[in-house]
Amino acid sequence: MSEIFFYITAALYFAATAVFFAYLFTHKEKFTLLGQYILIGGSVFHAATILSRWVATGHTPVTTTHGSLIFFSWILVVICLVVMFRYRQRVIGAFVTPFALVLLLMASFLPRDIIPLSPVLESYWLPVHVSIAFLGNAFFALAFFLGVMYVIQQRYLKSRKLSGMFYVLPSLDLLDELNYRCLQLGFTLLTLAIITGSIWSEYALADWMSDKVRVRQIWSFITWILYAALLHGRLTAGWRGKKAALLSGAAFLILIGSFLIINFVLGGAHGLTG
Amino acid sequence: MNLVIIGLNHKSAPVEIREKLSFPAPSIAEPLSQLVDKYELNEAVILSTCNRVEILAITDDIERGSWQIKRFLSDFHSIPLESLEEHLYEHLGIDGVRHLLRVSAGLDSMVMGEPQILGQVKAAYGYAVEHNTAGVIVNKLYHKVFQVSKRIRTETRIGESAVSISFAAVELARKIFGDLAGKSVMLIGAGEMAELAARHLLSNGIREIMVANRTYQKAEEMVKCFGGRAIDFATYREQVKDADIVIASTGARNYILGPDEIKTAMKARKYRPMFFIDISVPRNIDPALNDIDNVYLYDVDDLQGVVASNLNERAQEAEEAEKIIEEEIEKFYRWINSLDVVPTIIELKQFCDSVRKAELAKATGVLGELSKKERKALDAMTKSIVNKIIHNPVVHLKKDANKVEGDRYVDTVRTLFDLDSIKEETQSRAGGDDE
Repeated sequence: MSEIFFYITAALYFAATAVFFAYLFTHKEKFTLLGQYILIGGSVFHAATILSRWVATGHTPVTTTHGSLIFFSWILVVICLVVMFRYRQRVIGAFVTPFALVLLLMASFLPRDIIPLSPVLESYWLPVHVSIAFLGNAFFALAFFLGVMYVIQQRYLKSRKLSGMFYVLPSLDLLDELNYRCLQLGFTLLTLAIITGSIWSEYALADWMSDKVRVRQIWSFITWILYAALLHGRLTAGWRGKKAALLSGAAFLILIGSFLIINFVLGGAHGLTG
Repeated sequence: MNLVIIGLNHKSAPVEIREKLSFPAPSIAEPLSQLVDKYELNEAVILSTCNRVEILAITDDIERGSWQIKRFLSDFHSIPLESLEEHLYEHLGIDGVRHLLRVSAGLDSMVMGEPQILGQVKAAYGYAVEHNTAGVIVNKLYHKVFQVSKRIRTETRIGESAVSISFAAVELARKIFGDLAGKSVMLIGAGEMAELAARHLLSNGIREIMVANRTYQKAEEMVKCFGGRAIDFATYREQVKDADIVIASTGARNYILGPDEIKTAMKARKYRPMFFIDISVPRNIDPALNDIDNVYLYDVDDLQGVVASNLNERAQEAEEAEKIIEEEIEKFYRWINSLDVVPTIIELKQFCDSVRKAELAKATGVLGELSKKERKALDAMTKSIVNKIIHNPVVHLKKDANKVEGDRYVDTVRTLFDLDSIKEETQSRAGGDDE
């Protein structure tokens, strides 16, 4: 069942991406509206994919890289939709949707067997920790795309040649503001994820596993410092605009790089399965 | 539909011809009444702007009407028709409706999508109403035009992008700052262009305007007319950090602001963006400013470039507007057709009969058991009441079917009996049954 939902989701995200791109080229408002509806539809099937997996495993389906990518992609789409509605900037969907689709495609190449969870992971800390961590990362991802939009828009304004996307991208001020908020939220959630993760590992984990978990913890801490520095710079040294956008982009690339490396080297769920 | 539009515009005729044919607003009564009385047109509207002169008329016979309008133009302005004809265009029937919609939406204007033309079309219709040359079709047609123009404004962005330099400056400011409320502007030099740009910014919610001018008195005068404060010209360099938008338009021969000052200012304002508009020639602001992070500098040529690309963007929106027009024309065409007498009479009869039947059913319910004979008598009586009442209206409708009054009667009957909404209701009900 979850397979079918998965393919429907991917197809809808593909359609939404196509429609959003049509918007970027033609600037016709009806395309963003259509794209938004398709994206909402996709996110519903996406949720169904996750739920049906959850029912099948009896666990939060994030124990494999495959499951993690799918879950992360869903959270990202949901917060993207929230921001699209809240700030009436549907154009954000044109940037986030293709990325969500890529995450799904990456997931589809990974083994999707449902690996039984080791008993040590049986704890209600799991869904709490994972949801917080992924939500935080999704805000960082959104900050990344807002940064990309900022850089594009400011290039148009600097070059003084207005064309194409200039007309559909929001104002620099809004992009900068949203980028900042996403960083704040992401940072708060990352902090909470680190705390819940530490508590969980204290309670549940045997010594033999702790090395692998430690790698994860160290990486989290590095990311945390990176984003802390970024927020600090914004607050005190006036890192705003292009500089802030580029830095938040770089920080997110490091974050996603570490996620992929750790997951492929250690296996899913910080090497705690199998 | 017997609608004729004859006219000329900036594309079809040079200004020498256009100015000869124009109808100044104060004396529009005479030509309007001539069109109806002397040239025997049923309804007439004259649209006269600096880029176009058009006469719209409703007539019994399209060919004759078209000829009459041409004769009128030639007679009224004493220009031989031969020298006029090559500049005139002609739009008949539904094509005329399309033309009117396109003109009103600004699609036929010199500056694509400009909004003034709609006001001029409204005024032209107003004169026709005032001088009794607007009848039922013109009334309905122009209301349709205003409705469609509104739809085009809301559904496309045709009027959105700025096509003048000062509007372009406002548009850019909005792309940089988002909401302009709470932002402040500094004018260095109190020229006319600067004032115009400042006015546009003010109407977009700018909080404060500072004016620095070499002659302090002039700065003060300017401040008086739109608020804000005059500042000592000697201090603009120190105060520039407080402005989000700076408009420079002094007569200086050299740069009055350079990158070093602005770098200092940016640091003081924690790198919040600044937008510099240099509308002076020769330029007043060092172009190197644009290389500073979060600083945007536009000179007159840049703004002109923005206007040009906006026009290009409008051309794309225009396609969308054309589609809306096609859609609306179809709706309008259906209304025009409904003005035919025969369907209206049928609908009127159907309506009255449905009322009769409904009331009859109620009455027989109250009366209880009735014999067949009694029922027949009731039926015949109600029928003859209805027929007697609608007899005269139907006769009049038929008699005047081919006159101007015919359209008016048909429209009146349709309005009084609400036939259009009844028709829609039954249609949608019928549609619902199908599913």
